[in-house]
Amino acid sequence: MSETTTRAGGMETVADQAVRLDMYRMMQEARLFERRAHDLFLEGLVKGTSHLALGQEAVAAGFSAAMAPNDLVFCTYRGHVHTLLRGAPMGPLMAELLGRANGVCGGKGGSMHLTHVPSGAMGSYAIVGAHMPIAAGAAWAAKERGTGQVVVCFFGDGTTNIGTFHEALNMAVVWSLPVVFVCENNLYMEYTPIGQVTAVEHPAADRASAYGLEGIVVDGNDPDEVHAVALRTIERARSGAGPSLVEAKTYRHGGHSRADPAKYRPEDEVQAWLARDPLPTYRERLAAGGVDASVLDGIEAEALAAVDRATEEAKAGAAPDPSLLETELWSDGGAAWRS
Amino acid sequence: MAELTYREAVGHAIAQEMERDPTVYFIGEDVAAAGGVFKTTEGLLDRFGPARVRDTPISEQAIIGAVMGAAMNGLRPIAELMFSDFFAVCWDLVANQIAKTRYMTNGQVALPLVIRTANGGGVRFGAQHSQSIEAWAMAIPGLKVVVPSTPVDMVGLFAAAVRDDDPVIVVEPKVLYATKGEVPDDEVVDRLGAAKVVRDGSDVTVCALGAMVPKAVAAAERLDDEGISVEVVDVRSLVPLDTTTILGSVGRTGRLVTVEENPRLCGWGAELSSIVAEEGFFDLDGPIVRITTPHIPLPAADALEDLAIPSVDRVVDGVRSATG
Repeated sequence: MSETTTRAGGMETVADQAVRLDMYRMMQEARLFERRAHDLFLEGLVKGTSHLALGQEAVAAGFSAAMAPNDLVFCTYRGHVHTLLRGAPMGPLMAELLGRANGVCGGKGGSMHLTHVPSGAMGSYAIVGAHMPIAAGAAWAAKERGTGQVVVCFFGDGTTNIGTFHEALNMAVVWSLPVVFVCENNLYMEYTPIGQVTAVEHPAADRASAYGLEGIVVDGNDPDEVHAVALRTIERARSGAGPSLVEAKTYRHGGHSRADPAKYRPEDEVQAWLARDPLPTYRERLAAGGVDASVLDGIEAEALAAVDRATEEAKAGAAPDPSLLETELWSDGGAAWRS
Repeated sequence: MAELTYREAVGHAIAQEMERDPTVYFIGEDVAAAGGVFKTTEGLLDRFGPARVRDTPISEQAIIGAVMGAAMNGLRPIAELMFSDFFAVCWDLVANQIAKTRYMTNGQVALPLVIRTANGGGVRFGAQHSQSIEAWAMAIPGLKVVVPSTPVDMVGLFAAAVRDDDPVIVVEPKVLYATKGEVPDDEVVDRLGAAKVVRDGSDVTVCALGAMVPKAVAAAERLDDEGISVEVVDVRSLVPLDTTTILGSVGRTGRLVTVEENPRLCGWGAELSSIVAEEGFFDLDGPIVRITTPHIPLPAADALEDLAIPSVDRVVDGVRSATG
């Protein structure tokens, strides 16, 4: 850890109870949505591939609870959860995974490109790092137009080694843009330990000083810590003080994608992180803080019911009509290449 | 009406649109304080201020990413890529992100942005600052591509590009920056997807683009003396492609010659030849002739570069072979 890298834990205030319960709800919905996506994949209903965020839910929940309604989120191909928690409707999200016409992208996007502009979920980007300068650009427009929006850009640890990371951070700082870059460091870039291919211990935070930024490391499995950092960095962006770079340490419960059983991870490491699973640990914390078990049970039951409803809505959707194949390439709704 | 150089027309075009629409912003490397390395954007910083006319770091991915993100959030941004060769540095942002996002999101995201760039050879810059990338851009679904060949077309097509709600790449042949032409004092707005018959003829249609247009016209005038009547079509817009004008001209003349600055394989002339072969075959009185740069990177030495890029002599020879 470099001397400019600080741990955020213990420095922040704890959110009020309503926010904490809402974060618990979000994490439950995210967890159950991802599990259902996995099940539907095994049933052959989700095609192609999928990259689940099981175990990483606290990062998206902590930030989502700190964002204002018109703020914008950019995320990666591991973006089901970020899109859902920004407020995209669960049924159409599930339908998109199933390639149905009632999906958020009409079936044209799929798991890796979930987008729901009405909720500020500005896209899931499947080329590593590509969305970092795009997020900066959205923040640039927000600043110039005076909208007061803050842009939150989620990415993985692997992104810190691609060129767009550097280009976007540099430009965002030089232009003092209202954007918070959030690295979800789950310790593996796809199948390879990030430490094995990275020059510094903290792939994002240790590089923050190169852009004149504070190096912030937060426990990404602790929604309270994440939320506190989110409030601080989003407020900084909204006040005009410019971007932040946050590194949230977390862990993928599963493999990189549907194709990956994640055999390369030491069993003791997996067990240690499973013991820090953000859902049961947060439930215990809330219960210890006086939240009645029936309240927590209710949240879990409602989340499951929501996922069940979303699944039914998705399954009931029709396949996209063939007439939609050559539509929406252009703003006139069509796809003509000749005039 | 004023006579402007193509170089001046670039700045005139940007100013026309920035004056009209406060959401139009312009960024790029050395475009503001320095006025552009080709001096195309001089005076814009003074006129529109440092927020709307902005110098960037040498970060092509960030430049193109920034205009994409800004277009998603209410601006109509213009990016300059100093040399079109630099598209290779940011091709992911152009080809994977900008081009695909509207389709992938089923129309949720509109990207009203323009990327303008200095393209092509003829100025002895060597292989990495001289290539013609219009065929790269044309091959990607989701990108519109125009190539103005005169100052007035630069203004009109650029205005159409800025006002279009889709991403448009405006390709500026850098060898034409010093050429001159009349530009009306009033607002000039053209439309995308319209080729132009710039010289009437009856024996052969020569389709040319960008810096090849004046060469095609010069060749046509020379061939006139030999009794060969050449119709020259300035293709102007690769996407959308004005197949009506092109097929109509070939229908009248019965012969087609394409003059392309790009290397041979998969040039726009190949696509055009394919369309004419499929849809205008029975109008043809002879084989289609393609004149291109050989399938090589461009050499720097003037003696070699002049051999590589189609010349008036090569166009004359090509038309003779098509009509002979």
